[in-house]
Amino acid sequence: MADLRTEAKFDLSIPELKKMAKQLRRHVITMIATAGSGHPGGSLSAADIVTALYFKVMRHDPQNTQWPDRDRFILSKGHAAPILYAALAECGYFPVEELSTLRKLGSRLQGHTDRTLTPGVEMSAGSLGQGLSFGIGIALAARLDKRDYHVYVLLGDGECEEGQIWEAAMSAPHFRIDNLTAIVDNNGIQLDGRCCDIMGLESLADKWRAFNWHVIEIDGHDMSQILQALEEAGKTKVRPTVIIAHTVKGKGVSFMENNVDFHGKAPSAQEAEIALKELA
Amino acid sequence: MTAYADLSTREAYGKVLVELGKEHKDIVVLDADLSRSTMTKYFAEKFPERFIQCGLQEQNMMSIAAGLAATGKIPFASTFAVFAACRCFDQVRVCIAQPKLNVKIVATHGGITVGEDGASHHAIEDLALYCSLPGFNVVVPADAIETVEAVKAAVAIEAPFYIRLGRPKFPAVYADGYRFQLGKAVTLREGKDATVIACGIMVSKALEAANNLASQGIDCRVVNMPTLKPLDEGAIIEAATQTGAIVVAEEHLLHGGLGSRVAQVVAREKPVPMSFIGINDIYAKSGKPDELLQKYGLTAEAIEQAVKSVLPRK
Repeated sequence: MADLRTEAKFDLSIPELKKMAKQLRRHVITMIATAGSGHPGGSLSAADIVTALYFKVMRHDPQNTQWPDRDRFILSKGHAAPILYAALAECGYFPVEELSTLRKLGSRLQGHTDRTLTPGVEMSAGSLGQGLSFGIGIALAARLDKRDYHVYVLLGDGECEEGQIWEAAMSAPHFRIDNLTAIVDNNGIQLDGRCCDIMGLESLADKWRAFNWHVIEIDGHDMSQILQALEEAGKTKVRPTVIIAHTVKGKGVSFMENNVDFHGKAPSAQEAEIALKELA
Repeated sequence: MTAYADLSTREAYGKVLVELGKEHKDIVVLDADLSRSTMTKYFAEKFPERFIQCGLQEQNMMSIAAGLAATGKIPFASTFAVFAACRCFDQVRVCIAQPKLNVKIVATHGGITVGEDGASHHAIEDLALYCSLPGFNVVVPADAIETVEAVKAAVAIEAPFYIRLGRPKFPAVYADGYRFQLGKAVTLREGKDATVIACGIMVSKALEAANNLASQGIDCRVVNMPTLKPLDEGAIIEAATQTGAIVVAEEHLLHGGLGSRVAQVVAREKPVPMSFIGINDIYAKSGKPDELLQKYGLTAEAIEQAVKSVLPRK
């Protein structure tokens, strides 16, 4: 793999990244089962992408959360907070033990992300469709301040039904932003069912192309494809890149995969036990 | 030095942004295809690299402003008050209010004095909406001088602001040298029989009403309350205690704005007879600003009558 970010403190190999992604998935299951509520499906589908960013690609420092030159990860699909918390904890932003406080009264780990509470969380989210615009603001600030950080925004495919996504999609190429990469966790399922039945999105790639984005399509669970796409995005000039990552909702747990029910339902204690065995 | 006193509030805003932009390199201005009306065009001409034209994308604009604020910038996002309040309320709530980001929303064309454009462009719910957001500072300046002062205060205080300006020129209430303090009301005229508490364009009308009442032997206090949030509760309690009757006047719906907020304090701390001048649960129609103020009862005469109506209830 060519040099992505020489300054990166986190520089795992592909086998190590795969191992870490599995570890993060285990955290997701345990956290949500302990909390008794949450959204496992969209955390599991995004696990490999989030792992690649935090443990290989992004320039960030858990000891210096306000470092002005840090790369930013914006979780626009805020209901996938557990996968972000798992990554932040494993990076050392806060103790791994704290993950068990998810969604509890007094916890720093809110049901949806809260940038005022959780070290390493860049955006308060939960109402869908806003993260790409927020990321544009951060990307424009880099230009004004002559900084070279990169902004990564993780979107859901269902989230792309929100009108604001297309306002942002129209404006980022207009602003000639190239330090911004959107990643669509294209798992094909939203709360009420399959995206294609709820509100047709296809052809998603053509839509982004029509809005003048550089479009890359990958298997969002193939670590080498993820890394290659992120590298290509980093090198793309003048316009932003969107990576449409084809993923499986609930990836890694047999009974959660492609199962609409696990968009927003916690596993029971028994289900969690089975899930953790599968992720061992 | 710009002479502000004779300008409309939006013109004063546009001019003072340029002054502030010279001093504060972190100020970034965003607009949604209305810069020639909100007067952010002056900033755009002077500092094009720090002006972000968002087109007709108010939702995108508010979230972009939030992202800029997250990096330490001081973004000013401007559009008409109807759009700033109603078109992107969720973006303001989740991206700005909840994370308490340092975004300054300065909306022009507040109230019904927008005039001929009609109901879609009359912002009469904006103060209720912005006052409902925890942590937001909400300011309605009475004239151009107070506008300049309020905008300067917004730069100095790291917190989200909603500043509501008007389309027409407001009669001058203040002279150069006035200093605005966030959360502080200003007694413009002393009085012992009743108090009129007003904001925005209604402040000059309250003064006019008090003058008329004085000639009829009624000694009316006039309090300018530019900050709707945080509210100057002390000034309200003092008015209730010392004058025993309160009339609130605003260019907004009767519910959810200054009147509701003052009434809550009066009811809790010092119940006295009250009356309210505002728009009574109705959407106004097209017309000239003064015609509309007349038609919907936002006049000095209406304030005068309201004061007379509360006095016998004392």
